[in-house]
Amino acid sequence: MRPSPTARAGTGAPRTIVWPGPAFLLYSRVMAEDEPATLPPLFAGWFASRGWRPHAHQQAMLAAAATGDHTLLVAPTGGGKTLAGFLPSLVELAERPRDGLHTLYISPLKALSVDIHRNLETPIAELRLPIRAETRTGDTPQPKRERQRRRPPHLLMTTPESLALLLSYPDAAAIFAGLRTVIVDELHALVGTKRGDLLALGMARLSGLAPAARRVGLSATVAQPGALLAWLSPQGTAGACDVRMIRGRPGPQPEVAILEPEADLPWSGHMALYACQALYRRIRDGGTTLVFVNTRAQAELVFQALWRLNDDNLPIALHHGSLAREQRRKVEAAMAAGRLRAVVATSSLDLGIDWAAIDLVIQVGAPKGVTRLLQRIGRANHRFDTPSRALLVPANRFEVLECRAALEALAEMTLDGEPPPPGGLDVLAQHILGVACAGPFDADALFAEIRRAAPYGTLSRIDFDDVLGFVATGGYALGSYERFRRLKQDGDGLWHLASPAAARQYRMNVGTIVATPLVKVKLRNGRVLGEVEEDFVRGMVPGDTFLFAGELLRFEAIRDLTVEVSRGGTGEPAIPAYAGGRLPLSTHLAGRVRDMLASPERWRHLPAPVAEWLRLQRWRSVLPRHDGLLIETFPRGGKWFLVAYCFEGRNAHQTLGMLLTRRMERAGRRPLGFVATDYVLAAWSLREPDDPAALFDEDMLGDDLEAWMDESSLLKRTFRSVAVIAGLIERRLPGLEKTGKQVTFNADLIYDVLRRHEPGHVLLRATRLDAARGLTDVGRLAGMLARVRGRITHRRLERISPLAVPILLEVGREHVYGSALDDLLKEAAEDLVAEAMPELATAAAQTSLPL
Amino acid sequence: MPDPQREPSPACPAEIAVNGQRLLAEPEGALHWPRERTLVVADLHLEKGSAFATHGRMLPPYDTAQTLMRLQAVLDRLRPDRVICLGDSFHDRRAAERLSREDGAHLRRLIQDRDWLWVAGNHDPAPPVGWGGQVVAEAVIGTLVFRHQARPGAAAEVSGHYHPMAVVHVRGRRIAARCFVGDGRRLILPAFGSYTGGLNVLDREIASLFHGHATAHVLSRSRVHALPTSRLSGR
Repeated sequence: MRPSPTARAGTGAPRTIVWPGPAFLLYSRVMAEDEPATLPPLFAGWFASRGWRPHAHQQAMLAAAATGDHTLLVAPTGGGKTLAGFLPSLVELAERPRDGLHTLYISPLKALSVDIHRNLETPIAELRLPIRAETRTGDTPQPKRERQRRRPPHLLMTTPESLALLLSYPDAAAIFAGLRTVIVDELHALVGTKRGDLLALGMARLSGLAPAARRVGLSATVAQPGALLAWLSPQGTAGACDVRMIRGRPGPQPEVAILEPEADLPWSGHMALYACQALYRRIRDGGTTLVFVNTRAQAELVFQALWRLNDDNLPIALHHGSLAREQRRKVEAAMAAGRLRAVVATSSLDLGIDWAAIDLVIQVGAPKGVTRLLQRIGRANHRFDTPSRALLVPANRFEVLECRAALEALAEMTLDGEPPPPGGLDVLAQHILGVACAGPFDADALFAEIRRAAPYGTLSRIDFDDVLGFVATGGYALGSYERFRRLKQDGDGLWHLASPAAARQYRMNVGTIVATPLVKVKLRNGRVLGEVEEDFVRGMVPGDTFLFAGELLRFEAIRDLTVEVSRGGTGEPAIPAYAGGRLPLSTHLAGRVRDMLASPERWRHLPAPVAEWLRLQRWRSVLPRHDGLLIETFPRGGKWFLVAYCFEGRNAHQTLGMLLTRRMERAGRRPLGFVATDYVLAAWSLREPDDPAALFDEDMLGDDLEAWMDESSLLKRTFRSVAVIAGLIERRLPGLEKTGKQVTFNADLIYDVLRRHEPGHVLLRATRLDAARGLTDVGRLAGMLARVRGRITHRRLERISPLAVPILLEVGREHVYGSALDDLLKEAAEDLVAEAMPELATAAAQTSLPL
Repeated sequence: MPDPQREPSPACPAEIAVNGQRLLAEPEGALHWPRERTLVVADLHLEKGSAFATHGRMLPPYDTAQTLMRLQAVLDRLRPDRVICLGDSFHDRRAAERLSREDGAHLRRLIQDRDWLWVAGNHDPAPPVGWGGQVVAEAVIGTLVFRHQARPGAAAEVSGHYHPMAVVHVRGRRIAARCFVGDGRRLILPAFGSYTGGLNVLDREIASLFHGHATAHVLSRSRVHALPTSRLSGR
């Protein structure tokens, strides 16, 4: 099953191994003094028989296991991390065979578990190890799951959700009693997310059931391993110093370049289609290329553009999270087999099994964060001793600055390090119900256990009690649901599940991924191509066209939860956009962009048109200072424009725009609208803003923010997912709705009622906390307003400044569907009805009034 | 620039004719018949929240209070002598038992000093009698008949049951709102309850009651907008 390396065993001298081969079993050349002392002869012989020697970090992992230390392994992609995690378990089970669950492996990707399992079978079979390894995911058939609980395998590969389910059974204590090791793979992708919160709570539970179990975290290179160490610590704090950190040898410094524009650089836009000719030549002239883009819409467009140029008929594929699973697997397999020249992919390929040799990684559009860029570049790092090669393709002038800043950050290896947010209270509610499903619990003991999970290290007893109250009775001040309790307390104060129905509910609802309702896209009389958000196909009529799965499709009909399409069609196609498709610019990268703007001596590294643009800005206005805020105002087309160079990311700018225009309204400036990018916010009004600096006073985050957040559809959307995760409403399960087996409830109705009658309810608190760091990014906004206090520069100009050109080009060109702006407009829907309908209503009266 | 803090404009009802009678569709979702000093509301679904709670879904228990508050506001504004609740006033047969003392007292206050008709619905085939008011299978007043669910072929009929909502796409945006739907011979009211969702008026169940030509009277914050069903979207 494994392609054989060209270097063969037997010469004794370490050789360079040429891939392809499952990177899971990768070993690089090591020095003779690294000769394994801890590797038992059986394993050493097996390694030697294929001309492989273990990495130093793989041996360090063995040593850590021998002393029983919890361990965090930080190593670049392609460093054989996963085997490093498993090796100690294989060795221990080979030397001391036993029954029962020995090692639990948890990965965020189902597919990863399956692949790891397959790859582990090789050494287990060839070494005839007395080890049974199995996977357990949502796809595992029921009989196998039952058997796994009765007779657990030695090694179990699973996901955070499946672990939560396992822990909710009354026999969890028996299953996990003999557990020795818990391996968490791709830890960097879990920490700071709700899935990570769920898993951290599960780990705290495991530590109670199996105190002897050792924790092992595997992570790609990150800026602040402190957060990962804390997450991994059974005490939930890095200060406990109870986790040993092992760093893999970094590979050679990657060779990263920025695409030099052949023609003039676009002023605005995110799609970088201008560069596709150059991209195509790189693909044609190179070996295998991985083309990363930032959004699925961009993936579809770039893929189309490449195929239009593809006169050589190169095998170029498309990969993103909305495509049908079989389709994605097919692309992955073709890539692994070396049958493709390029794949255009979104973050759907950020994680996962390593592939055959990738010669070049192209990042189309600005990288948005340094850590993610490094991890993407690492996908080309599979020849461990040759540097990765990567090319950044900025889509517009500001993105050139961002790409340049990312390049410098990579050279200095300063990564983004935003500390993980505290754990979600909705996840906590789900966990508490899960704990109750497994058996009665004592609230004090559970609170103590939960506080040992790092995301909940600072959880207050009040929040805990409120969440417990929510799980038990809904937690409403009215107290009217006493009779319908889900949990009740016995005479000893222990909390019990009130009825088995609640356990069924829990098991239907487990998990933290709340997908927007999706519909399948299916060819007429053909296969399913994938899924798009339901909202996207709303309002489509037969004959409308859209771009999906790399094809131009014509909308034919929608039946149940399936959109029927046919190939081809005419007219301007729509492109599905997806909520949350765009990551905001990281704080760290934003700081570097500001620094670069403020340092003309560094502009010589920039393409000539960009440097020229900045020089013009300096001449006509002024450049933003690295620690301040530049605001320009100027008249244009009968309106006044206010442009603020904030560099805090789209989400924060959208919130700022909403607050700013409210203030301008109150000041009688008659604002008309605003538009935001990752870098800049522009608002326009009928009257000149008289004291723009005063508009940015910190107090703007007061009442206006409260009032706006409560009305905001962003909050409603956040509430919907909080309500599902916490178990207030059921998640929409595809297929169940139409059969009437599921009653769905409109979360917006609940939100409105709850906000009016109990604004302090724990789920509303959880919603505001989530939104403050997510869609509204209020936290970042607050940071900026504090930072720029007293450092605001206002320039009143006669006309538009060079730096303001890109944002003004965005005006009126905003993606109407799916962008945050659209959400703001949805709030105005009521007003829109009023605005748009008088004439419609009149027309209706004239044509088809029934009487 | 929308501003949620703006003062609400005064409620502006829309005229609807059924069998020649002049009726007013109020933006709150109630139907006003000035000549008869009668107000009609449909599908209050009182205690729907607690009905979910009995199945372990702890929805906020404030839906009844909110529905009654909204009803009170319309009653205070229009001061009708008679109220007709068009069925499904209580979410289920045991809903009345779950009503809180405060909500129960509030409901009594609304009922007293008025003619109050509880039309039976499918959720409440026998609306509880303890609150005052009169329970009827259907009501005939003047030339109009009031019943819970429309009957195919009937005329001069006012009903509820379907929770109609209209979807309209305006300038690339989708707007969904509760609505009245009628064709001059019959009228279906939107659901009034706080936790009631909606069924698209183009859905066959509703559309088949009208023969192609119907008008949706769509509720917005303070107005009711008439739109022919041909202007609406099914999604």
